[in-house]
Amino acid sequence: MQAELHKQGAEALSSVAYLVAAVLFILALRGLSSQETAKRGNIYGIVGMAIAVGATLAWPGPGFHPLLVASIVIAVAVGAVMATRVGMTQMPELVALLHSFVGLAAVLVGFSIQLAFVGDLAEAIEIYIDVIIGAITTTGSVLAFLKLRGSVSGKPLLLPARHLLNLAMLTGIVVLGVVYARSPQLWSLAAATAIACVLGVHLVAAIGGADMPVVVSMLNSYSGWTAAAAGFMLNNDLLIITGALVGSSGAILSYIMCRAMNRSIWNVIFGGFGATPPPSKGKPAQPAGEVQEIDATALAEQLKAAKNVIIVPGFGMAAARAQHAVREMTDVLRKQGVNVRFAIHPVAGRLPGHMNVLLAEANVPYDIVLEMDEINQDFPNTDIAIVIGANDIVNPAAEEDPTSPIAGMPVLQVWKAKLVVVNKRSRAAGYAGIDNPLFYKPGTKMLFGDSKAAIEKVVAALKS
Amino acid sequence: MKLGIVKETRPNERRVAGSPNVVARWVKAGWQVDVERGAGVAASYPDSQYTEAGATIVERAVAWGADLVLKVRPPEPPEINQLREGATLLSFIYPAQNEALVKRLAVRKATVLAMDLVPRISRAQKMDALSSMQNISGYRAVIEAANRFGSFFTGQFTAAGKVPPGKVLVIGAGVAGLAALGAAKGLGAIVRAFDVRAAAEEQVKSMGAEFLTVTIKESGEGQGGYAKEMSQEFIDAEYALFREQAKDVDVVITTALIPGKPAPKLWLKDMVEMMKPGSVVVDLAAEQGGNCEYTKAGEVVDVNGVSIIGYTDLPSRMAHVSSDLYAMNLFHFLEEMGGASAFKIDHENDAVRPALVLENGEKRFPPPPMKKVEVPPPVPKPPEVPKPLPVAEAAKPTAPGHHGPAPRAPSARSGMVIAVAGLVAAAIWIGLRLGEADALSGASRLLQHMTVFVMAVFIGFQVIWNVTPALHTPLMSVTNAISGIIVVGGLLSGRGRLTDSVGVALVAALFATINIAGGFIVTRRMLAMFRK
Repeated sequence: MQAELHKQGAEALSSVAYLVAAVLFILALRGLSSQETAKRGNIYGIVGMAIAVGATLAWPGPGFHPLLVASIVIAVAVGAVMATRVGMTQMPELVALLHSFVGLAAVLVGFSIQLAFVGDLAEAIEIYIDVIIGAITTTGSVLAFLKLRGSVSGKPLLLPARHLLNLAMLTGIVVLGVVYARSPQLWSLAAATAIACVLGVHLVAAIGGADMPVVVSMLNSYSGWTAAAAGFMLNNDLLIITGALVGSSGAILSYIMCRAMNRSIWNVIFGGFGATPPPSKGKPAQPAGEVQEIDATALAEQLKAAKNVIIVPGFGMAAARAQHAVREMTDVLRKQGVNVRFAIHPVAGRLPGHMNVLLAEANVPYDIVLEMDEINQDFPNTDIAIVIGANDIVNPAAEEDPTSPIAGMPVLQVWKAKLVVVNKRSRAAGYAGIDNPLFYKPGTKMLFGDSKAAIEKVVAALKS
Repeated sequence: MKLGIVKETRPNERRVAGSPNVVARWVKAGWQVDVERGAGVAASYPDSQYTEAGATIVERAVAWGADLVLKVRPPEPPEINQLREGATLLSFIYPAQNEALVKRLAVRKATVLAMDLVPRISRAQKMDALSSMQNISGYRAVIEAANRFGSFFTGQFTAAGKVPPGKVLVIGAGVAGLAALGAAKGLGAIVRAFDVRAAAEEQVKSMGAEFLTVTIKESGEGQGGYAKEMSQEFIDAEYALFREQAKDVDVVITTALIPGKPAPKLWLKDMVEMMKPGSVVVDLAAEQGGNCEYTKAGEVVDVNGVSIIGYTDLPSRMAHVSSDLYAMNLFHFLEEMGGASAFKIDHENDAVRPALVLENGEKRFPPPPMKKVEVPPPVPKPPEVPKPLPVAEAAKPTAPGHHGPAPRAPSARSGMVIAVAGLVAAAIWIGLRLGEADALSGASRLLQHMTVFVMAVFIGFQVIWNVTPALHTPLMSVTNAISGIIVVGGLLSGRGRLTDSVGVALVAALFATINIAGGFIVTRRMLAMFRK
């Protein structure tokens, strides 16, 4: 009797703790609405997590296995090392990898429950859904991780009947689901998991490199929905709430990315965008004229005479780790009274907000780093626009050439500046495989070479 | 070339075709300007001011002998004889109504440009003398009404008690009507307006006035910003509206004109008789026969204490400003024709050609039809509200893998589809649960979870939209961390003896914890970098 009362009291206490944790998670996300409150938001998240874990550990029942303590200690160590070692350039990879861990954990929890199965039909369905979404998230994220890391080519894999294949796999999952729901056996769950794993790989394999920001945020969303499904499975409201928060966060990020590319989410998922260069037959709209080159010394001279400069960074800057050189150039120019600002396109880089983090890492003050909507109208009053390792996001064809594959995509209108300097490693086309008429405009000069080396030369010339 | 500014001879005309201000600009632009002695006195511009502006004060005959004679009113017969043969005249002419005048001018081999025929196109607005004058008329109409009206326009709360605001109804919201609305509003009155043209509604509302409508729909858009005649049915509805207003309003200002026709009768005798004694009607169409049945041109009529003002010289009553504005219109018109250095009659100029009445005595009126560029005819409205496009038509299917020219932005519809699909799935799920024996508690539990889930999704959407784009990467890593909450699942199933189940749960907890630790630490690292 006493024990029963004790148990009920402990459960009630845990529920209250879960509620507090859920509120803290919401506050954590809210904190990210501005740079000033963001750090506090992160602390809310940590406190919320500590409360949630503490309450779970205090949940009455059989004791914990010593191995659990060991695995948690190991995990914290591994996580901490990963998080401190990772360079900001590799953030997309880390994020993708962490998504896969969430998926994997959900799959494992599902199997754990299956292995000790005592539930009813509904629970069986919940387990099934949890495991399937988890499996898709896991393998999809692992492949995204490999693609971002460069271990696997960024080119989309377009199998001939890939839509049929997807459909077949989905059907297989549904059929196995019915079988499993009738009699929850391990083999049907395992088979379905295997199919879901293949499906996850196939879905991400079909998406081109230029769409990676969307893929990563979509997987972010999936990992949230996985956690929510686990919450249904475990009758745990905290998991449901947290999963829903993360799921909607990822969904909104995907939406923002899609809008920034003027594409629908379906088009991104099934489109195989960036597959082949656009068919150059028909009207190729081949930009006429030669590109004009500029060298670092000449650019430095121009910069000394300028009043307003806007720098447009793209993934090329991250790839060459040029952000520190760019910051140095910014510092020198700002000391000379030049108004230097940064223009960030929503899909610049491989992760939403990636450029902001890179620039922050290089100590660029965030108040001179502006979003596309904030700065796009300022280009006509700008003396020099410097494009560093970006291509598609500054492509005037999006506005001028209705036949371009990126027609209608909002772009940074650098060509309205008095002088545009484009830094590019070589003359190759951008990630989306589209030629850029910007390079041939009379007001554009090209600064060929590795971003880091090129910008460092400019800095040296500026200082001399 | 020499400009001659002559004194107006028509009784009660106080305006003059040039103000000292504009004369100075003409002189600067290279014109030689002769001003007839005393020409501007009635408009409070003494001769001395013209001299200061660089003009020469001359006698009547000299002024009329200039190359270009500038005038306000159409010339009177004795004046025409003073016009030098082959000279150019700019003034109001109204050639359609004044055929005899045009013939006399033709005898003098004159070149005549009618300021009343400057077209109403955007480019010619600065030369549109009729609009300038109508603007003044509208303003002055309110002042004349206020002068007769025995009360405040603005409502007042005095120590002795409150005075209600005056109510002003303006019929016809053209240039004059809008000016009247503005003036009446400025004096504090409650203002209402009626116009048959739908385009007027927005303009009326922008002046802070109420736009009155009748229930019958009929487009009243005519050519050149004027209205056209309406059907009998419409007119009946309009009269009903006016009768209602007649009992309520204190001041009525009518400005309705239809080009080439006598002014429409809109304010009938019985409406005047319904008005409260002390009320005022100002009829700006008096010269064209009047909008009010009691109107007498140039006079004020009193009907049972209601004053009907039919002045036709309202701009002239504000001669100082109207002379200046008219002169500005002339200035811009002369500039359009090439100015002092390159003055010529350009038949290709769509702002000048319509105003040309005579060229060296040869008739050029009416002008050939111009290409209508600036005032497209009103698009006929479809008879019914257009049906919403069928979905299939709205969403042009693009073959997957095919790069359509402009894929649509993600639409609200795909969101709706997802939401509906989710609800259906939820319903099936609940159905399955209810189908089971002894599952009522399960169903209610599920419903409770669904509620929590849906609410959390909504909160998530609200919160995430506020996240600044610069922090999207930290957002992802922090959501990475908190989705590690799945560790709770591992912890809950990983207790007791080490069975297969517990073993798997331990591995789950391991991965989830990597997420928690990694996510929070990397977020912390990133956020620490952001500095102002």
